[in-house]
Amino acid sequence: MTDTSISAALLASVTVLALSGCAPNTSNVAEGDGIQVSSTADACEVSTDTAESGTNTFTITNDGDRVTEFYLLGEDGLRIVSEQENIAPGASAQLTVSLQPGDYFTACKPGLRGANVGEAAFTVTGEAVELTGQDDELYSEAVGVYVDFVKNEVAALVPNVEEFAQAYMAGDDARARELFAPTRVNYERIEPIAEALGTLDPRIDYREVDYLAEAAELEADDPTFTEWLGFHRMEKDLWPPQEGDLNADGSSAFEQWTWSTDEDRQRIGRQLVADVQDLYDTVHDEDFAQDQQMTISTVSNGAIALLEEVAVTKVTGEEDWWSHYDLWDFQANVEGSRIAFDLVAPIAERKGEQGRQLVATINEEYDALEALLAQYGNLEDGFVLYDQVTAEQQAELTRQIDELREPLSRLTGTVLEIEG
Amino acid sequence: MSRPTDRPGVPPHAEPDDSPRGIRRRGLLGALGGGAVGLAVGATGAALAANARNDDDPPPTAEELVYEFTGAHQAGIVTPAQDRLHFAAFDVREGTTRSELIGLLEDWTRAASRLVLGGEVSARGAFGGGELFPPDDTGEAAGLGPSGLTLTFGFGRSLFLTASGEDRFGLRPAMPEHFTELPVMVNDFLDPARSDGDLCIQACAHDPQVAVHAIRNLSRMAVGRAAIRWSQLGFGRTASTSTAQSTPRNLFGLKDGTNNLKAEHQELVDEHVWIGAAQGPDWAVGGSYLIARRIAMTIEVWDSLQLGEQQRVTGRDKVEGAPLSGGEEFTALDFSATDAQGEPLIDRRSHVFRTHPDHNDGIRMLRRGYNFVDGNDEQGRLDAGLFFIAFVNAPQRFARVHTSMARDDMFVEYLKTTGSAVFLVPPGVQGEDFVGQGLFDATSMP
Repeated sequence: MTDTSISAALLASVTVLALSGCAPNTSNVAEGDGIQVSSTADACEVSTDTAESGTNTFTITNDGDRVTEFYLLGEDGLRIVSEQENIAPGASAQLTVSLQPGDYFTACKPGLRGANVGEAAFTVTGEAVELTGQDDELYSEAVGVYVDFVKNEVAALVPNVEEFAQAYMAGDDARARELFAPTRVNYERIEPIAEALGTLDPRIDYREVDYLAEAAELEADDPTFTEWLGFHRMEKDLWPPQEGDLNADGSSAFEQWTWSTDEDRQRIGRQLVADVQDLYDTVHDEDFAQDQQMTISTVSNGAIALLEEVAVTKVTGEEDWWSHYDLWDFQANVEGSRIAFDLVAPIAERKGEQGRQLVATINEEYDALEALLAQYGNLEDGFVLYDQVTAEQQAELTRQIDELREPLSRLTGTVLEIEG
Repeated sequence: MSRPTDRPGVPPHAEPDDSPRGIRRRGLLGALGGGAVGLAVGATGAALAANARNDDDPPPTAEELVYEFTGAHQAGIVTPAQDRLHFAAFDVREGTTRSELIGLLEDWTRAASRLVLGGEVSARGAFGGGELFPPDDTGEAAGLGPSGLTLTFGFGRSLFLTASGEDRFGLRPAMPEHFTELPVMVNDFLDPARSDGDLCIQACAHDPQVAVHAIRNLSRMAVGRAAIRWSQLGFGRTASTSTAQSTPRNLFGLKDGTNNLKAEHQELVDEHVWIGAAQGPDWAVGGSYLIARRIAMTIEVWDSLQLGEQQRVTGRDKVEGAPLSGGEEFTALDFSATDAQGEPLIDRRSHVFRTHPDHNDGIRMLRRGYNFVDGNDEQGRLDAGLFFIAFVNAPQRFARVHTSMARDDMFVEYLKTTGSAVFLVPPGVQGEDFVGQGLFDATSMP
């Protein structure tokens, strides 16, 4: 609804004015003539304060001497439900909008800044407007499929983690190093879900610097959580630091770290297996979706959150600081993000031209990101290690991620707030 | 928001020096042909808000100043130089099509016309988009006034023709023949990462946050189509572009740009700044070339020069900015004046000598630079200098003056140019057009 073609709207309003010879402030507007609005420096007069639900047309005339705009605000008086921007002094413009019954406010903003002028209550009565899309059914279907996807990924994770942990516990470092990145893929695809489950993600996937920063809080939440655990602790044992190496935050790699002993390895390996089993049990609980209050926005926001992960930690190489296997995680995050998006996209596409365009743009950007990542390898044959990726290449990856994140950030709102 | 019809764009509290000295200066310039004391806005594009204004209304504060976005020329050139700058150069993203580029310029134009009024980038802005959308506007300028914001857009030579000879957008046939690259100059230490670019936006305002907000939101809007190549903050103006302004000082402590072209010198501005019909092409007439040079100053070395030497290098006295040949700040330079020993009072290697129009085929330029300090270097010296901006009607004319300066000017010892770019600033936006529309109307994709 934003930025519909202004000139087309202006043209349309010129026609209407010519036909009706309308005087802007008439208070008795016959049905079909629409609602007249007059915007001046200190007033925003609307010809009526009620309307029937359904399609309504506001004709806004700028009777002031500065450019103005007209808003229809939600009942909180803050959220703009619909707007007409950029009406020049002396000009008129039309805003056609489908309204559900409810409480609204009308307001103008001459000069485009400062407080709204002439904010007034506006009530829409009548029957609810039937929507073309049966969104609720589509929502629960998408959520259901997404939960199944999460279950599958975690089910695949369990045996992989067992094998990886076995190699690590047995001191078969070569094998463990081989398994490290592929094992993490199933986890990285569904990371935002695990992150919502208390201390599970910190136990499974925290980096040393994160653990140290939050150790006290983590132990308060979970008294059994008393040491750094999980994939990244094992990673540092498998790719041990050399003299003089630094952690991602610039501190000495040895400051609060020593090699895990055999005994440590047994404990840490078994703990990872147990924690992943815990994750499995949680997501396979029949009430999981309900307990976690999973809705369509969980899925949509999951797609967004995975890319934020990439933008914040993967693209900087902080995630797999010792192994440099960041691009495996990167790929898995993008895959998980796109699966969530693909489930939501058909719903977004029902939201008019705006929704269709958004989906098309997002798909283009996913394609571009996948193509860019493919230049560095793939999950089957492996990727370039991240310490071999130049600063210039990292900047290119960052730009492409941002170019996807920007349209993707509008997905949830488009699905939930725009009527089909 | 009111229209300061009598004093274009001069914020009284941003201009503490708007004093009897200023009046005297205007008198002098009147004698130079500056015309009616520079009070008519003329072709400045600084037409201001739409409200009629009574003569006895107080002039607007710096925060309430509005310069109109549309006009014959883009604002931000002869507009009285604002106090703060945020400048950004962009590269168009690989694979962007001509119509996507046009879409970007349309979006920028629409947003810019709102931002200069003190508005947000859209009606929904920072707070009105509902909780499920990221806000359209980033919000840090909420509650701040328009603050005299101007947004000036430019096209780099690479937009017409890349270094590898590619014409990505079908613009090559309309590239002006005068749009040449600058020759390598003395003391150029150019960092490619701080030079050139396909597009630029110069944001100037009296409030730094307003300028930064504009660049930030316009960059965000460009995601997927163009990305920032380099950017520069400037914290204090080093030029006056209106006779109503006092001459500011650069980081050498010197009054800078006393002899600058100013809005009120309309004939000179027409002759030296705007691309004229004789130069063309038609679509570019009324535009100008923006020369941007990031000039690092070795201020620590300069600071230990004796005052006499600082003045000799400059050719002016430091306190008033008066020529060493005598008089006051705006007294004409007398290069023939000599001391008792017959030595010229103004050294032939001084800055004023080397850059004076009399020694550069009469060439003048409109300077609009800003002081910068970008932290410090590894030796603990300030990374400081002048972000030089000048508007000329052919890049070669700037090069002519700069070459003359670089060869002999004693000043150059204390300068290092670390970034350089030239942009063609298209003429002003008319009506519902987008910025630079003339270029696209004059060309098509082959």
